[in-house]
Amino acid sequence: MTKVGGQKDHPVPRAIFPNKVLPYLLLAPQLAITAIFFYWPASQALYQSMLREDPFGLSTQFVGLANFRHVLADPNYLHSFQVTIIFAVATAVFAMVPALYLAVMADKVVRGRGIYRTLLIWPYAVAPAIAGMLWLFLFNPSIGTIAVMLRSLGISWDPLLNGPQAMILVVAAAAWKQISYNFLFFVAGLQAIPKSLVEAASIDGAGETKRFWTIIFPLLAPTSFFLLVINTVYAFFDTFGIIHAVTGGGPGKATETLVYKVYNDGFVNLILGESAAQSVILMVIVIALTAVQFRYVERRVHYG
Amino acid sequence: MATLDLKNVRKVYAGAVEAVKKVDLAIPDGALCVLVGPSGCGKSTLLRMIAGLESITEGEIVIDGRVVNDLGPAERDIAMVFQNYALYPHMSVYDNMAYGLRNRRMAKPEIDRRVREAAATLELAHLLARRPRELSGGQRQRVAMGRAIVRNPKVFLFDEPLSNLDAKLRGQMRVEIKNLQRSLGVTSVYVTHDQLEAMTLADILVVMNGGNVEQIGAPLEIYEKPASLFVASFIGAPPMNLLALKPGEGRPVLVDGTTIGGEGLSFSKEAATLGIRPENLFLVTGDSNGSRPDATLDIVVQAIEPVGAESFIYGDAGKERLVIRVAGKTVVEPGAKIRVGANAADLHIFDEAGKRI
Repeated sequence: MTKVGGQKDHPVPRAIFPNKVLPYLLLAPQLAITAIFFYWPASQALYQSMLREDPFGLSTQFVGLANFRHVLADPNYLHSFQVTIIFAVATAVFAMVPALYLAVMADKVVRGRGIYRTLLIWPYAVAPAIAGMLWLFLFNPSIGTIAVMLRSLGISWDPLLNGPQAMILVVAAAAWKQISYNFLFFVAGLQAIPKSLVEAASIDGAGETKRFWTIIFPLLAPTSFFLLVINTVYAFFDTFGIIHAVTGGGPGKATETLVYKVYNDGFVNLILGESAAQSVILMVIVIALTAVQFRYVERRVHYG
Repeated sequence: MATLDLKNVRKVYAGAVEAVKKVDLAIPDGALCVLVGPSGCGKSTLLRMIAGLESITEGEIVIDGRVVNDLGPAERDIAMVFQNYALYPHMSVYDNMAYGLRNRRMAKPEIDRRVREAAATLELAHLLARRPRELSGGQRQRVAMGRAIVRNPKVFLFDEPLSNLDAKLRGQMRVEIKNLQRSLGVTSVYVTHDQLEAMTLADILVVMNGGNVEQIGAPLEIYEKPASLFVASFIGAPPMNLLALKPGEGRPVLVDGTTIGGEGLSFSKEAATLGIRPENLFLVTGDSNGSRPDATLDIVVQAIEPVGAESFIYGDAGKERLVIRVAGKTVVEPGAKIRVGANAADLHIFDEAGKRI
């Protein structure tokens, strides 16, 4: 066996700058961008979350944690939390399961493998709002082609009035867009599984289904877990465009996720303080999810 | 316990690449057959065809009297040890060995008995709860062997199982595999590119090159009577000395005109190459009248390689480079002119096409 790496024996030499100011100058642009576009808005949100402001910005009052108390006690907010969880879980499941299925199938293709893969990755390049519009058109109760089909099957399809149906629609749009991304990772994950393992299993008398569940699926676990975190984060924060285009959070508040509620309360209802408090809560959730992810990636199970 | 027969087996890949050309081979019950050849010679493809991992383009593979061409790998009752061991990384050693038995719905106590028995044979009993990544290379190799023997199959297939081990362990495992195979008496096919491994393990040695079988036989028989130039140069280390002869002479005259000394040496007119193993050459000193070599050649010593028990002398005769193996240390110095001799019985003659005459 060859010895790989050996970083301890040959550490990467440290760059030494003769000028003490130069390194800071080189870092400055990146630091400035981080400060201006990340830390400053975040600190503003934190600051505003403790203020009560009228919509015209004429009077401002410091209220401490009152906004948070109010938000967390608000049944609408808790409902939105519930909606988000349902939305996130459904999106993750419907984005990952078909992606895994497609990846396994694409892995079996011998001829034209590259073409299949490329075509399956394309949807990822579609902008969220466009994807949303596409689904909106297809499922529009009055002009959508699929809506017509559904109605001819006896389903009274009306996502504009029916909350669960609206949820199905946004989940479908959000999951559809993410399938490509997941597909890419699953394909890579499948390729990393040595072919001889699958061959050994088939000599060991495992049929195709059994091989998948006892060998391939367990070995894909690291990829699957990584994607679960990524998809959850995506469903939580990156689906604003889709929801905005498809349902606008409606009907009622059936598809109003936490991110959408931040926008609604802040920019539509102009309840600035509470909106800021909500975004601070979201920030905490992102930090928690990211921490889980990083912890996991660092301790990632390395088989073999 | 079974025989394994290959009848006119051929493999052609899409794009008309002929990986295996018409192989005929009969392996008797309990024999260890080694397929040896350089990489790309088709030996692994042939093994994978026996395993059922590659389709058979033409011909028949018969295990224990039953044609298995259309059977899946699981139904052929074979077990295979892979080059990278192919252990299931997420399963313990125990589960790795039990997997194949569970898939065959064997009763739990029987599985347990077999796994523990195999583990005891292979000295793995204390490692059963470990994962493959917690094992050394040699231990992983044993687990791969264990996974094969618990199944008690008709045929064992080995695909270069020792090539991932270091030289010392390789020698050790080679002996273990040989002993295990002999004590179990399971018909086996073993693929390797290492001619030493092939020579020491084989009951039947099959030398392959470019999809063809060059020679089939007992290892020493092949060593002593290589059927072709390829076999002569592939089997044996250091390889056989091969000297190009001047065509149509019928006498030992090298291409550059040097005549090999000796009386009564005459070859067929087709002789194109003269082969002589390094250990069959000996130094001829001027005053030795005892044994007269049948052939002699004058060479200029270029280098000496003392390895302890023996030494290798490298020397040039005209454009040809020869290696001579002598016991112990040698007093010859580089630059010296020496005369080497050989007995007629030790000479190998090959024709233009590389076939033995």
